[in-house]
Amino acid sequence: MDTLLLSRIQFGANISFHILFPTITIALGWVLLFFKLRFKATGDMKWMESYRFWVKVFALSFAMGVVSGITMSFQFGTNWPGFMETVGNIAGPLLAYEVMTAFFLEAVFLGIMLFGFSKVPSWLHTTATFLVAFGTTMSAFWILVLNSWMHTPAGFEMRDGVAFATDWWAIIFNPSMPYRLVHMLLASGLTVAFLLAGISAFRYLVGDKSESVRATLRTGVTLGALLIPIQIFAGDMHGLNTLEHQPAKVAAMEGNWETGPNVPLLLFAIPDQENRTNHFEIGVPNGASLILKHKPEGVVPGLNDFVAEDGTIMHPRVAPVFYSFRVMVGVGMLMLVMSWAAVVLMRKKRGGIAGLPKPMLYGFVAMSFSGWVATLAGWYTTEIGRQPWLVTGVMDTASAVADVPAPLVASTLIAYLVIYVALMFAYIGAIFYMARKAAKGESIKPRVPSSGGAAVSIPAE
Amino acid sequence: MDMFGDPAIWLPLVFAGLMGLSILIYVVLDGFDLGVGVLFPFAEDDEKDRMIASIGPFWDANETWLVLAIGLLLVAFPSAHGAILTALYLPVAIMLIGLILRGVAFEFRVKAPIKHKASWNNAFFIGSMMTSLSQGFMLGMYIMGLEYTWATFAFACVTAVFLTVGYSFIGACWLILKTEERLQLKSVAWAKGGIWGLVIGLGAISLASPLVSPRIFEKWFSFPEAILLAPLPIMSVLLVALLWAALRKLPTRDDSWAWFPFVCSIVLFTLSFFGLAYSFYPYVVPEQITIYEAASAPESLFIILVGTVFVLPTIIGYTVLAYTVFRGKATELSYD
Repeated sequence: MDTLLLSRIQFGANISFHILFPTITIALGWVLLFFKLRFKATGDMKWMESYRFWVKVFALSFAMGVVSGITMSFQFGTNWPGFMETVGNIAGPLLAYEVMTAFFLEAVFLGIMLFGFSKVPSWLHTTATFLVAFGTTMSAFWILVLNSWMHTPAGFEMRDGVAFATDWWAIIFNPSMPYRLVHMLLASGLTVAFLLAGISAFRYLVGDKSESVRATLRTGVTLGALLIPIQIFAGDMHGLNTLEHQPAKVAAMEGNWETGPNVPLLLFAIPDQENRTNHFEIGVPNGASLILKHKPEGVVPGLNDFVAEDGTIMHPRVAPVFYSFRVMVGVGMLMLVMSWAAVVLMRKKRGGIAGLPKPMLYGFVAMSFSGWVATLAGWYTTEIGRQPWLVTGVMDTASAVADVPAPLVASTLIAYLVIYVALMFAYIGAIFYMARKAAKGESIKPRVPSSGGAAVSIPAE
Repeated sequence: MDMFGDPAIWLPLVFAGLMGLSILIYVVLDGFDLGVGVLFPFAEDDEKDRMIASIGPFWDANETWLVLAIGLLLVAFPSAHGAILTALYLPVAIMLIGLILRGVAFEFRVKAPIKHKASWNNAFFIGSMMTSLSQGFMLGMYIMGLEYTWATFAFACVTAVFLTVGYSFIGACWLILKTEERLQLKSVAWAKGGIWGLVIGLGAISLASPLVSPRIFEKWFSFPEAILLAPLPIMSVLLVALLWAALRKLPTRDDSWAWFPFVCSIVLFTLSFFGLAYSFYPYVVPEQITIYEAASAPESLFIILVGTVFVLPTIIGYTVLAYTVFRGKATELSYD
């Protein structure tokens, strides 16, 4: 393998590993604030117990996110120096604002949020929780601004091969930014919803019938049921936006080779890039035309439009985009079915979590990390879908790569992969271990908080 | 924008200053918590918990200064960022893996099953060592002009060892401030050991830098610059003497002066930093690229600067708040 491919795999591996943890912390921060505010409003200890358990998951996820994020900031220079040399005037300020307005905010107040409960007044602890949640969201905002700009660049001019900013408003609110931001924030919400539901179901199944577990399961299921229809709608809007600005990506997502009307929605196919056709197609007639153009005779762009006269292919590799898009949509549909079925059952039986059949609880446990699968699949769709461009129409990926010997990149890639696989096992293992420990009541001692709220202590069951 | 003269001159200088400030704050702050990690094998198990407790609320924000420093290099001097980091490809990777290991070990050592705790303690130590050594190695290679020969490699290995010792020294000084009783006594002993490493390390760098670079030799030993520069080594020698005197007396009965070694070591690190900064100005890549050649477009730098003017004081403000909330001796770290 050559340096370019190895560097791409390395960056892909790093950013895939990294995004898992912010996806959790962005929404979990707000959920923790919700728990804290519920406790302040009701004085019910179950909310504080929920806070105590989930703040540990937050701390663990946050640490994983920080250390894998530091790796990212160095890889721009070690592997992709051409990126900053060409578009540094635009990417630079956006990254700088992320560090200054988000990273320090979250990092500093995290200490108070985690360890300051008995050291600071309750209002300051709540404020710290708010600022950490706000910081993670700001961080998502800035990095998604930059990412969206790479997909749909605007507000700049090229002088001697270097991008110069002409309109910061246009750069920040570039055409795909609002869609991508909403889609990602909702993805984070759904990831946390199913993590809450899955881990709480796990605790319930191993015998923890506490009020806190019932509350967090209900929070997870309700949050999931609320967000998933919004997400499906937002995803559709994002798709239409992509059709407008990056038609080659949509053509790859649909596996559509020839531009034309009455394009089917392919449920399954094996794209064959060499012969420029699909095998074993199973499709809904006119489906893609209906979704993308809202009429059966709507014209959908085809991949063959993105081949230059000399045969240079200017569209992404079809198979990875095609498959990952289907994985994302499939997981989304599963989320819809599970969360809505659970809400209906919980309402019908009026027993909350006790009304849920056991197989369904096992289903939620299995789906604890389903948000990760959907999020990664979604990112693969959009990022591989941007290729061969690094910044659409401005610079291609190959021109940014560093001239580092391939064996050197290979050796660091292997080292990262080993670490990431090990940490993945450790992370998921630790979460289930903490859940099991909490279910046994070992760490949940009924403590009375130092200030604020009513002091009600209930013994762990 | 033009009211201070040509922005293509003053903006790069301002950003070089900001980047230098971030590096200095990083080296001091993450220096002490990396140093605590380096000292880990010398401590008993219960002392390890207390050592972690002394840095637990801070390490995350401390490392953010590294992100800011590298971020400023990235945004303000993009071509230098590429040149430096590709030349340091392998040590950077080792440092990153070290940072990953120690960062997650903080969490896992208390959240994973208790039988794995010793392994995570080891991961914390190994990660801290990898980070400190590779940072020292990078410092050495940077001083040597980022050229790989056997001699520069050997020099970089020496700076790797001495920066690690330097970190363990400031880590020990931090522990003198934050701990009590037996652990505090131990920390005094660690600091006494570390100070010699620091002296030898600073000496080695001071000797090698002018010998490698005629330009630096010129800057150091030409008249009248030599006189202006003289306070740096003189103050450093005085500080080391003061530190040694203080360490012999510590800990005092009422724990007064426990802050003194930590403050001295901050001043010592700051003096060394200014020595380096003076030697390398105006180069950002030694002998190759100046800050003026590497700087981004003034429009882009200006828009970052506007934000920095408002945000940096805020960051410093709430950093001070965090250190105030967790002032005093480290106690058991708990979420309650």
